[in-house]
This record gives sequence, structure tokens and C-alpha cells, in this order.
Amino acid sequence: MAQAAAAAIEPVVLPPPTRHRALRRFLRHRLAVFGLVTIVLLVLLSAFGPHLVPYDQLFIDIRNRFAPPFVSAHILGTDPLGRDHAARLFHAGRISLTVGFLAMMISIVIGTVVGAVAGFYGRWVGAVLMRIVDAILCFPSVFLLLALAAFIKPNVLTITLIIAATSWMEVARVVQNQIRSLRERDFTVAAEMIGASDTAIIFRELLPNVIGPIVVAATLTVARAILMESYISFLGYGIQPPMASWGNMLNNAQQYLTSAPWLAIFPGVMITLAVASFNFVGDGLRDALDDRLDAQ
Amino acid sequence: MGRYLLGRLGQNLVLLWLVSMIGFGVLYLAPGGPLSQFALVPGMSQEDIARIAVQMGLDRPLPVQYWEWFTRLLGGDWGRSYRDSQPVLHVIGSHLWATLELMIAATLIAVLLGGWIGVMGAIRRYSFFDYLATIGAMIALSIPTFWFGLVTIYVFSVKLGWLPPGNRYTVGDGSFLNYLHHLIAPALVLALVEVAIWSRYMRAAMLDVINQDFIRTARAKGLPERQILLRHALRNALIPMITLAGLQIPTLLGGALVTETVFTWPGMGRLFLDSLGYRDYPVVMGILMFTAVMVLVGNLLADLLCAVVDPRIRLD
Repeated sequence: MAQAAAAAIEPVVLPPPTRHRALRRFLRHRLAVFGLVTIVLLVLLSAFGPHLVPYDQLFIDIRNRFAPPFVSAHILGTDPLGRDHAARLFHAGRISLTVGFLAMMISIVIGTVVGAVAGFYGRWVGAVLMRIVDAILCFPSVFLLLALAAFIKPNVLTITLIIAATSWMEVARVVQNQIRSLRERDFTVAAEMIGASDTAIIFRELLPNVIGPIVVAATLTVARAILMESYISFLGYGIQPPMASWGNMLNNAQQYLTSAPWLAIFPGVMITLAVASFNFVGDGLRDALDDRLDAQ
Repeated sequence: MGRYLLGRLGQNLVLLWLVSMIGFGVLYLAPGGPLSQFALVPGMSQEDIARIAVQMGLDRPLPVQYWEWFTRLLGGDWGRSYRDSQPVLHVIGSHLWATLELMIAATLIAVLLGGWIGVMGAIRRYSFFDYLATIGAMIALSIPTFWFGLVTIYVFSVKLGWLPPGNRYTVGDGSFLNYLHHLIAPALVLALVEVAIWSRYMRAAMLDVINQDFIRTARAKGLPERQILLRHALRNALIPMITLAGLQIPTLLGGALVTETVFTWPGMGRLFLDSLGYRDYPVVMGILMFTAVMVLVGNLLADLLCAVVDPRIRLD
């Protein structure tokens, strides 16, 4: 009877059925694992794939131009110059993944430093730094990237740098937010009282507590960086041919859409796989590191 | 309310000033700066370049140059295109509507489709549909827009022949239906990411509202579930969506650039790329600044609209 009354009072906030909560955990977990496995596979394929293909990525097999996939020794077909599509795809993976990882590392460093300084030195410095972050975020990143790319000599390093230069702001916001709240906590005050220097407090006391959000942001930043590289390379301002990246392999694909659609399929699938995998892992990490989830 | 509006306006003016500094910085600190294009002209001597620099006022201190550039910007003089000597604002204006058309169409699709997916996901939380929507949104956010455009053209134009592969209208046929027919594919492509984002935010906003007390009160009053969800929950969950609409402008603009390239759509993004190809820096910088101002104004409008719709904000 008492149970029935309680149920009548609280009909809305029923916890999700246990079966489904388990399903959700399982699925999230599954997706993150799927993402991780795919990333490892993509890295392995990019590292060793070129050695498994019997053709060099730049070898021009003029008699076999536009070879369709899965019929000849060119397993994924050939491009308009008769270059092996598989070999180019794997080489492109090296470039795209390298740019993605490097850009992530640089933007994490910039974002963490800016965020930590802004969060620690609250009032003026922090306010100014965060307004600058807001101002940069007003520029649509594709436009900003292209404007910067037009001024530079495009190579792997410069492309990585400009992608990093337009990707650190979100990290800075996350870190600033965390540091600002941690700064008020007792352990920070205690560290201040025993006379620890600001740098020591930031690096030894505060930042170790922000590692979780930074790792999540880092994973999502790799996804973003790979996507950005593909955008500007597709538009012709990123990685320059004959060097292949997943993005620039697609910039001629449109004119051959009717005659050789496979040229457009494989690089796009690779980009989507890579980006989605990093997003899945990031999402899984966010859930895994979120304490509130168990309370829900 | 008045104080709130003034405060928001002030914040945005500060941001506009910072945005202009960054735009100026990109233009002047880049290697070669605004003179780099003259150095490319054959037969141009060092003296010629120095003379041009003086004529353009580039020999003066940087703050002075910035101030001059900024005041001209505010006065509407954005310089002239190197390509056809047209005023930059005029060039942008003639391409703006095509881009806005795409952005508005994509947002409409996102609000309706993404909103519906989000609401359904919130109502049937942890259902099969909810999982499908969650995973689908994450995949949609991972697909490069230009590639989705290529796939769309391949399927609907090359294979099925249902939709035109590009352009805004058929030459010689300016009818409304013809425009609409051309708009479908690029609007859907641009909408993909937006639908994903809107569905996620809508779901979160709806869950937020559903768990509040007044919904429980409505249920306790015995109102029909449909009325509770539509009249009480959805109306309140839509308020944060106004802010979202403002926040989506940069994403939409970036997506529009790529979509316009794939569908040869004569908008601002294509103009930007063309101008980059011609090294037409006044137009490039003009568009860069224009998009940033669009983002600023969009956010401000969203804020104001929120304050008008939501009486709780006025109390602050």
C-alpha cells in the first residue's frame, strides 16, 4: 500500500530501466572500442599498407588509367594518371593522421597554457584572454583557415600549424573553466599558504586535476583537425599534390563522378571512419570520466 | 531589461573591436602583407613598390594605419576589389543572398527534422530510436560536408537524375519551382551537420524541461500527455534553441563555403575561394570581416530575442 502511494507521487522521474541502462553503457563502450580498434587499424594500414601494395604511390601506369576496383592487380583501382589508388590511400593516411595528431598536440599546449593562465589570474588577464578567445571564435574556422593558408607556402608543417592556430580555443575554454573553479578549493589555498609559486600551483596542483577534460578535448580535436585538413586540401589550399592526403585525393574526384565514382568513395570513407572513430572514443572517454553518470 | 540589453551591446562592441584587430593582424602580419601581390607583377622595381607603399599609407605607424582602416570599415568603405574595381561591400552584397538562402533552408530543415528527432529521443529516452539518433548524429558530424555533397550528386543527379547537380537555376528558366528544385540538394547537404547538432541540443533541452516540477504539476492536474509535451514542455525547451540558432552561424557559413563549391552555387563562400585564387585580398579580408560581423550580430540578435521571449531573463 505504501509502495503504491510512493509510486503515485513519483511517476515521472523513474530511473531508466536497468536493461536499457546496461544497453546504453554497453553501446557506448562498444562504440568507443570500435573507434579505438579502427584508429589502430588505420594507423597500421597507413604505416605498413604501402609495403603491401605492389605499386608505388607515384608510379604512373598509363595503360591502366581509370581501372575499376577489385578486378585487376590494382586492388582499389587507379586514378586518372594510372596511379594505384590503394597505395595513394595509405600514403594519404600517413599525412592526414600525422597532421591530425600534430595539430592536436600543438593546440592542446596552446589551449592549456592560455586556459590555465586565464583561469588562474582571474580578473583582468583572464577576462582579456577569454575575450580574445571569443573574438577568434567569431571567425568561421574554414574562412580563417583559408585566409591564413593563402598567405603561406603550404606543406605538412605549415598546414599543421594553421590548423592548430584555429583549434585551440575550445580547449582554452574547457581548461579555464576548470581551473577557475579549482582555484577556490582548499588544496589550492593551502598550497598558496605554504608559499608555492604560481607555476608550481598551476602545474603540480591544478593541471593534474584537469587531465580528464583535456584528454577528452584532445581526442575530439584530432577528429576536428583531420576534418579541417580534408576541407582545405579538398579546396586546394592544404596538402599539395603529388603528395596525397585524404582531402586532396577528392579534389579531382568531382569531374570523374560519372566515369570513375570509386575515386570519390574510398577517401571519403577513410575520412569519415577516422573522424567518427575519434569522436566515438572522445564520447566514450567523456562518459567514463564523468562521475555524475553513476548518480543518474 | 534595459540594463541587460545595454550590457550585451557593450560586450559585443568590445568583441567587434577585438575582431577588427584580429582581422587587421591577419592582413598585415602575413608574410608580404598587402604589398605581396605587387611584388609578383613582372617589371616591378623596389622603388615602385616603395612608392605604392607610401601611396597606400603603409609607411605610417601601425596604430595609425589600423585606426584609419577601422574608421573606414565603420564608414562602409571596405576598399575595392583588385579584380574589377567594384567596392568590396557591393561585391559581397551581390553574393550574400545566395548564401543566406542556403543557410535559411538548411536551418529550417534542421529545426524541423532535428527538432523532431530530439523531442522523440527525449520522450522515448533510451529507446532503440534514441540510440539510433545518438549514433546517427555522431556519424553525421564526422562526414566531411564536401564528400556528402559528392555522394548526393552521384546518387540523386548522376544515378537517379532527380535533382540538378549544381547551379542556382536553369538559365532561361527563372521560375520559383526551378529555384526550389536547385535548392533541395545543397540545402540537404548543408543541413546534415545541422540536423545532428539540433537533435542533440533539442533532446538535452527537452530532458531538462521534462524533469522540472511544473511538468509534474501538469501531469498531476491530469492534462493529456500530448498537451503537456507540446504546450508546456516544448515551448520552454525551445527557448535555449534561439541561442543555438545564433551559435550555429559560424558552422553554417563554413559549411556553406564547401557546399557552394561542390554545387557551383554563386554565394559568398565561392566568392571567397575565387578571390583567394585571384589573390584579391580586399575581397578576401572583406568577407572574413563580414562573416565575423555576421556571427557577432547573429549572437546578439539571439540574445535579445531570448530576453524578449523568456521573462525570467529580464529579472537579472
